[in-house]
Amino acid sequence: MAKDTRDTETGLGSPLRRKLLMGLAGVPALAMMPRGAFAAPPTSAVNTTGLAVTDTEVTVGILHSATGTMAISETGSIQAEKLAIEQINAAGGVLGRKIKIIQEDGASDWPTFAEKAKKLLVNDKCASVMGCWTSASRKAALPVFEQYNGLLYYPTFYEGLEQSKNVIYTGQEATQQILESLNWVAKEKGAKSFFMIGSDYIWPRTSNKIARKHIENVLKTKVVGEEYFPLGHTQFNSVINKLKLTKPDVIFTDVVGGSNVAFYKQLKAAGIDLSKQTLLTISVTEDEIDGIGGENIAGAYSCMKYFQSLKNPNNEKFVPAFKKMWGEKTVIGDVTQAAYLGPFLWKMAVEKAGSFDVDKVVAASPGLEFKEAPEGYVKIHPNHHLWSKTRVARAKTDGQFEVVYESPELIEPNPFPKGYQ
Amino acid sequence: MFGDYSIGDLSSIFVMQGFAGLILFSVYVLMALGLAIIFGQMGVINMAHGEFMILGAYVTYLCSSFFQSHLPSLFPIYFFVAMGLAFLASGAMGMLVEWGLIRHLYKRPLDTLLATWGLSLILQQAYRSIFGPREVGVELPSWMMGSVQVTDTIEVQINGLFVMGVTIVITLGVAALIFYSRFGQQIRAVMSNRTMAGAVGIDTERVDRLTFGLGCGIAGIAGSAFTMIGSTGPTSGQLYIVDTFLIVVFGGAASLLGTIASAFSISQTQSTLEFFLSGSMAKVLTLLAVVAILMLRPQGLFTLKVRR
Repeated sequence: MAKDTRDTETGLGSPLRRKLLMGLAGVPALAMMPRGAFAAPPTSAVNTTGLAVTDTEVTVGILHSATGTMAISETGSIQAEKLAIEQINAAGGVLGRKIKIIQEDGASDWPTFAEKAKKLLVNDKCASVMGCWTSASRKAALPVFEQYNGLLYYPTFYEGLEQSKNVIYTGQEATQQILESLNWVAKEKGAKSFFMIGSDYIWPRTSNKIARKHIENVLKTKVVGEEYFPLGHTQFNSVINKLKLTKPDVIFTDVVGGSNVAFYKQLKAAGIDLSKQTLLTISVTEDEIDGIGGENIAGAYSCMKYFQSLKNPNNEKFVPAFKKMWGEKTVIGDVTQAAYLGPFLWKMAVEKAGSFDVDKVVAASPGLEFKEAPEGYVKIHPNHHLWSKTRVARAKTDGQFEVVYESPELIEPNPFPKGYQ
Repeated sequence: MFGDYSIGDLSSIFVMQGFAGLILFSVYVLMALGLAIIFGQMGVINMAHGEFMILGAYVTYLCSSFFQSHLPSLFPIYFFVAMGLAFLASGAMGMLVEWGLIRHLYKRPLDTLLATWGLSLILQQAYRSIFGPREVGVELPSWMMGSVQVTDTIEVQINGLFVMGVTIVITLGVAALIFYSRFGQQIRAVMSNRTMAGAVGIDTERVDRLTFGLGCGIAGIAGSAFTMIGSTGPTSGQLYIVDTFLIVVFGGAASLLGTIASAFSISQTQSTLEFFLSGSMAKVLTLLAVVAILMLRPQGLFTLKVRR
């Protein structure tokens, strides 16, 4: 590591050489040359801010919880990011440089995320970081990324109400995920009444707020109940009785973690049959079904942008590659796929910018299109979120989903939705 | 809230709600019983209680996979085997921990808190390394799923009935053991006066080890039973530990009857409030009530007269 720094320091420390190179970079003919025809561009030209870039390597950080409560969810993201980076390296790397991974463990502890983010940016000089999962971990690490001008690719679908120069959000924000599926359930199932059940923290509360506004103001139907339970709550019999009493057309859920498992097991035990009762969830992917058990949740509808069972040529390549690397039994959920996009979006932005410098990479990002995404096609919006489609799928007993609806167009990300706050 | 519903609907909901309260009561008793023995009888603050429960859950998971692949014809009854094995596994692990760790700390009860908390972290990471960080799904025999239709509108969960049955059997078993057996006498003797018990020829070390093993074994059974209603993952044990301590402390640490009374009052308050208010609010009010009562009665609901 010390060697890398010395390299870049020499590059920076020589004004003559720097001027020369800047002049060279200005020669239009050079820019028109097809990429790859030359050896990798010199380090001093593509890295003017002292990042860990050598002539053969560039360092990228991975910052997720490999231990603690969140390891359940974040393991998939780590796996997807490693797969993407391996594929990028196999295809020649980024600007002729192989990606070297430094992985740090956030340990499901939010201050640790901030500390490790600082380590990745200040000590390791990572050119970009793939990481964070919960909103809490992102909120903890965000000031660090802004202070040291780092670049974070954040994979989780989340509540919105945030936009940072230093973050690219590869998952959906709440309105993208929720509105289309509510429209679908209102039209397809003729739903008139909704009962919302969530875990008690920012994401479910914000998501339900958006959902409620849409249900009441746009669909002109009603919410008959809205309930929150502390994280880790395991007893849902009382609320299930309330469901039996109010008989909502749709149960709308965003319960997370271990509570999720308890909720569906008890719902099934209480005799609520999901083949008759419509249940729409925004918190269950293939990963969660692993723990819940397919037989306990079969029939529920989930809305996400990606499902493992999607049929398109990109996904048909992605799923076998993922299973080859991580084992036949692994499943791929929405966030795992979104995490897979991060390294590719970064690579494309770096190549478009012709530089690893964070400011240039950020400037090059809006408008980038990624046509090989397993979810189909995505494009980066100027607000740093992705244009993407939303899909509704029905859970089957084998733990997979069958897609029943797909939004016809890409949905514009709108992290600060007017009229929904 | 109830204006729109018919009397028939309401009464059946109240019946089911009463039943939901009883299920919660059984769950609480089952998870607190093991801790009540260890904390109440031995004074050891076992922060790894949840992890002993999850050990039982993982044993159940292994049993379910084993029976599915090797003895599918016996699958419908595997759960009983699993509970037995869960008791043995958690109990054995408990005795090992007592021998390796706890017995050195009897004179320093507060240090057991730290030591067992460390143990819980070690166990969590061990589960993570062995079974993977994701939750595992425990498949249940089909007869344990679903509900019994009592009338047109009243349904009762089978797994709830099952947990109640298990709780009753275990509670009666423990009560018989502690109050009517020779071993129970020894436990009580050691608890009231360790030196004197030793002087009259009771092997206090052996009694300690078996008591700790018994508490952990019961935790294992609880964990096994909870695979029906909750999740099985490396950190799932953490979901239970706070409620468990709450019940034991509220009941009065040294009293099994107190544990049961406290589980009953907390579960009924919680379940009734949850029905009339929202989930988080119910929890807040329950905790407030517990705090208020503990301020008035710091020793808990029931206490034994013990000469120290």
